[in-house]
Amino acid sequence: MTWMVPSTQTRTKARRVTMSDAGIATIDRTLEPGMGVFNKKLGMWVFLLSEVMFFTSLIGSYIILRYAHPDHFAPPGAILNVNLTAANTFLLICSSVSMVKAFAAIQQGDVKGLQYWLLATIVMGASFVGVQVYEYIGLGQEGFLPGLDDYAAHAGGPLYGATFYAMTGFHGAHVSLGVLALIFVYIRALRGEYTVADHEGVEVIGLYWHFVDLVWIILFTIVYLI
Amino acid sequence: MNLSWLMPESVSTFGPALDNLYYVILWITGIVFVVTEVVLVYFIIKYRHKEGRKATYIEGSSKAEWIWTSATAVIVMALAIYSKGIWDTIRHPDMFPENAYELNVTAKQYEWNAAYAGSDGQLGTSDDIVSRNQVHVPVDQPVIVNLQSEDVIHSFFLPQLRVKHDAVPGRVWPIWFEATQTGEFPLACAELCGLGHYRMGGTLIVHSKEDFDIWLSEMQIEAEDDE
Amino acid sequence: MSSAISMGDSHSEDHHHLGFIRTYIFSTDHKMIAKQFLVTSLLFLAIGGILAAMIRWQLGFPGQPLPFNLGAILPNTMAPGGIILPEFYNSLVTMHATFMVFFALMPLMAGVFGNLLIPLQIGADDMAFPRLNMLSFWITPVAGAVMLASFFVEGGAAGAGWTSYAPLSTSGEWTGVYMGQILWLVSLIILGFSSITGALNYVTTVIAMRAPGMTWFRIPLATWSLFITAWLLLLAIPILTGGLILLLFDQTIGTAFFRPEGSGEPLMWQHIFWFFGHPEVYILILPAMGFVSEVIANRSRKPVFGYHSMVVALVAIAFLGWIVWGHHMFQSGMNPFLGMSFMATTVVIAVPSAIKTFNWLGTLWKGDIHFDTPLLHAVSFVALFVVGGLSGIFLASAPVDIYLHDTYFIVAHLHYVLVGGSLFGIFAGITFWYPKIFGRMMNETLGKIHWTVSFITYNLAFFPMHNLGVQGMMRRIYDPNQYEFLQSLQSTNTFISKSVFVFAGIQIIFAINFLWSMKKGKKSGDNPWDSNGLEWTCPSPPPHGNFAEVPIVYRGPYEYSHPDREQDFWPQDEAPVDDLDGPEYTDPNESTESNDE
Repeated sequence: MTWMVPSTQTRTKARRVTMSDAGIATIDRTLEPGMGVFNKKLGMWVFLLSEVMFFTSLIGSYIILRYAHPDHFAPPGAILNVNLTAANTFLLICSSVSMVKAFAAIQQGDVKGLQYWLLATIVMGASFVGVQVYEYIGLGQEGFLPGLDDYAAHAGGPLYGATFYAMTGFHGAHVSLGVLALIFVYIRALRGEYTVADHEGVEVIGLYWHFVDLVWIILFTIVYLI
Repeated sequence: MNLSWLMPESVSTFGPALDNLYYVILWITGIVFVVTEVVLVYFIIKYRHKEGRKATYIEGSSKAEWIWTSATAVIVMALAIYSKGIWDTIRHPDMFPENAYELNVTAKQYEWNAAYAGSDGQLGTSDDIVSRNQVHVPVDQPVIVNLQSEDVIHSFFLPQLRVKHDAVPGRVWPIWFEATQTGEFPLACAELCGLGHYRMGGTLIVHSKEDFDIWLSEMQIEAEDDE
Repeated sequence: MSSAISMGDSHSEDHHHLGFIRTYIFSTDHKMIAKQFLVTSLLFLAIGGILAAMIRWQLGFPGQPLPFNLGAILPNTMAPGGIILPEFYNSLVTMHATFMVFFALMPLMAGVFGNLLIPLQIGADDMAFPRLNMLSFWITPVAGAVMLASFFVEGGAAGAGWTSYAPLSTSGEWTGVYMGQILWLVSLIILGFSSITGALNYVTTVIAMRAPGMTWFRIPLATWSLFITAWLLLLAIPILTGGLILLLFDQTIGTAFFRPEGSGEPLMWQHIFWFFGHPEVYILILPAMGFVSEVIANRSRKPVFGYHSMVVALVAIAFLGWIVWGHHMFQSGMNPFLGMSFMATTVVIAVPSAIKTFNWLGTLWKGDIHFDTPLLHAVSFVALFVVGGLSGIFLASAPVDIYLHDTYFIVAHLHYVLVGGSLFGIFAGITFWYPKIFGRMMNETLGKIHWTVSFITYNLAFFPMHNLGVQGMMRRIYDPNQYEFLQSLQSTNTFISKSVFVFAGIQIIFAINFLWSMKKGKKSGDNPWDSNGLEWTCPSPPPHGNFAEVPIVYRGPYEYSHPDREQDFWPQDEAPVDDLDGPEYTDPNESTESNDE
């Protein structure tokens, strides 16, 4: 039978071909080409690699500065409230779990479950940012600030505040953006736009959310615990 | 117009070795350059389009690929090994000469300040002798310069001694050289350091050993008179 | 799968119903975005060229007022009485490099050709994410406007060099430039988003949207090089963005990441910058290598010599590019052992570069070479890249670099790679694919005049810079005559400047040809170069959605002058004679296990 291309829509679905270099083609209409994942998911993976490099530059700078000037960095718990942030970390990990739950729900076609778990994720994510803001305000009042001129005589030196705010701040910004994106997804979920067959948006935002969570676990370890 | 590929006269002990390395690379790259460009021009003339000509279908040759890959690799690795010897002589911390005369050079926008040990024989004490935009050194004796900067990054460039190293604020970098001729030689800043970068020049003054001692003691007397 | 459907939706909208704004301004069509990038980045190229001409005026005729009464239009903070001030000179040097690297070459390579060629050469109807693609373009003029604005703020534009070495760049205290430096940082941070969104799109598109039969080793080298470049952009730009943000904090909120007075590390900036900066160098040259491979194969009517090793060399260069950054810092204050390891990795890069050069020569060998403008530019690329590559060996050797570092030898080297290499590669690309973009040929006579004068004056301008460097002339100095030992070089400098002015002036011919041919050029037809690539199978210019039906790929892109064929080319999508009915169709329900790629 001759292979014909009826319309744009089927065409994009029909791209995957398994073919040897000899040129014998069998066209597999079930998958898109490439890594066997849909474009948005592949795109998110690629984007996250880029994000890894961004955090590498921040964390790498932190490691270099800390290695060169250990005297600038106060011992764990001297300035930062480890217990509060440990609780906050737990909250963020829980939000990753609820994100998994949300995805699992829609895979079963459970729209209500999707809405419920998405909302839980949003609440926990927003609370994480709230706790971080609360932490910043307290630290600021104690004179723990990033700038050299504002540097009060707290334990450690000015590099401590600068690296602390740069790393946790950019992570916080990522969480905030994630919460906004989750709200967008949540609104779509309320409108019933996700189904068993079509819930790419949930999967893609989930990837981002787990990434942000993972970065935080690294940051919590190196900034607060070590 | 000066279109010379020859290095200016060198007046330091490691200068000739560095220049030789430069000339070896100049010869190798020069030959490769001429051969490649001649082949390129020959090909485009010889194989230019003519009516009825059809190009020969050649997809490649793994033999040829192997030959030029390994030839290039051997040449550049040999150059790297050759370079390493000279680099170690100039920069390796264990190769820094003994009994060197030591001085500090501190850069700031847009001047060079050289400091020499005063009558106590110690650098970094209050009786240090300072000369601005002039670096005085004895001939035929190794000199260690502790490079520092007060503000931004500058680069301590003595073209005829084949010396160049950045002066980085917050750090002290020792470098060494040994002048082989007396005389005055240019000192320049080679790293963009602000609007006066272009005029951050100075002079390296190489004295004979006796003259250097005389100059130092004169400076000491001058400094004591000022107090 | 459903994403595919929604993507399909965006194309099922009829092109003619989109209206002016959606068609020409906020377009999601990759070809229109390529054109937008082409026009804006050529404008930025012109701006960078004007800045270069002013630099050369000062070096060629130091202390003399600018010609044509240009001084009258420049404020007294830049050039009172037409005489360029040292601080303005530093801004010129900085902004010339910034515009050329970030706003001209990068968008010309990735922005224009990435957008134009990737979907067309792999047989896709558009990019994977058309709207993200539109965003990627529109960020560029915004960043460019911020960068241009910095000329008009108090203190003038950034003057710490395009490398912005800390601590010079951390505070206006050192340069007198406050706002200009901040705008420089902000502009590049914004521009980073353009590169990342673009690169994200290219990578996803190449992986996921290839036409049936377009296996990895049937992808044309232009797309291969753009794909590798996209990876470099994707991984290198965030490093720069991170560094720029930290530097911005030092500038604005008084942190001390790079400021020694707060125990910050100025050398850390150099490590961050060059860890980004060396992959960046390959971002600026790899696509040109791809274009040149295409043009040389096509115009010599021969397969690319060693196609596989060309791909391997591209990948090798991209990998090695990550571990050589220290060679920019041999004289910055570096552990000498570390210096040696960077020297070793650096010389190894000569190997894949040599492979590519010899393969281009091999492609010309026994060919049937047509001297069209694209070929002349492509061959010039090879000739000039050889010079840039060989001069790199001097600089890779750490001891020789002691003397040559920060001299005009570096300036000569980088301009041989970025102008002789990249820019001539871009000219090859533009003249070759112009008919595909606009449906008309560029004028061949004007093209040859432009090439001849450009090639000659380019070499007259940049080759003597090697000699200046060997004589010890430092780069970025406002007036070399300040130094007695450089005064004898003034006549060389004047000669270089005159050559640069002719080189810059002749580009007007290119601009005229570019604009005139758009309306008056000879109609090109679909495939004016008798080429094999999929991009030549669709109409010129290609319609929305590109291909009337999905092309099926049967062979590699360089089957020229195949002995079994009368015709000297063999399009990638031409069905084999024994298979005129097309490949066999397999019912999706039967082939559940065939996802074995």
